[in-house]
Amino acid sequence: MTPHSKMPLSPHLQIYRLPLSALLSVIHRATGVVLGLGALALVLVLAAAANSAGTYAEIYQHLDTWYGQIFLLGLTFSLYLHFCNGIRHLFWDVGLGFELDTVDRTAKLAIFAAIVFTGATWLVAANMAG
Amino acid sequence: MNNLSTALSKVKGLGSARTGTTHFWHQRLTALMLIPLVLWFGFSIAAMPVDHATLTGWVAHPAVTIALILLILSAFYHTQLGIQVVIEDYVSTHLTRTISIIIINFLCLLFAIIGVVAVLKITLGS
Repeated sequence: MTPHSKMPLSPHLQIYRLPLSALLSVIHRATGVVLGLGALALVLVLAAAANSAGTYAEIYQHLDTWYGQIFLLGLTFSLYLHFCNGIRHLFWDVGLGFELDTVDRTAKLAIFAAIVFTGATWLVAANMAG
Repeated sequence: MNNLSTALSKVKGLGSARTGTTHFWHQRLTALMLIPLVLWFGFSIAAMPVDHATLTGWVAHPAVTIALILLILSAFYHTQLGIQVVIEDYVSTHLTRTISIIIINFLCLLFAIIGVVAVLKITLGS
């Protein structure tokens, strides 16, 4: 290390607060990877259902536990957050919404919409179950 | 001068792969396809009982069979394109990066086929 390394670095990751938009960009990738696992889970459930009612029941009983429900809730929220933020990306792709205040507003809108979609889906499911 | 590539890049043969924006474009096309499919799937699954008979009966409905296969194909293609970008950005060793991308390609293709076969088996076999 040279004496120069004592000089402050920019951006200093330990004290630099990521703007919401940058945080959402990282989350978009993370949720994308999670959804890859979700697609895998969907295929496993379909393959089990195609095999027999017994195989399906074996997989389903895991989804009906507390950890299965947490997995499904996380998956639902990841799906809708990636979905809403993805639509935000599609608007950028056609050149819309680049003003900084718009970027910030659509970031908050995407998170809010994802929460609403998740709540709506689980309300429908809860209605069905009970 | 018509050719903008350097002598070195010509010798190494690492010029344009001639696929240009295909990766980017297909990522967007699958994203567009997934907009209606995801909303339909999310709310359909939520709105029905999850016992085996109901699920298989639902899958076997022709419109559902078609939509589910579209969903599986576009979702795994979208996943493959997306994870490839993540690997390209975060895996710095050339060999590891190439092998990881090949594995992701194979896995996405494999699971997409398993999904489609499962849907068809439920639809045609039950």
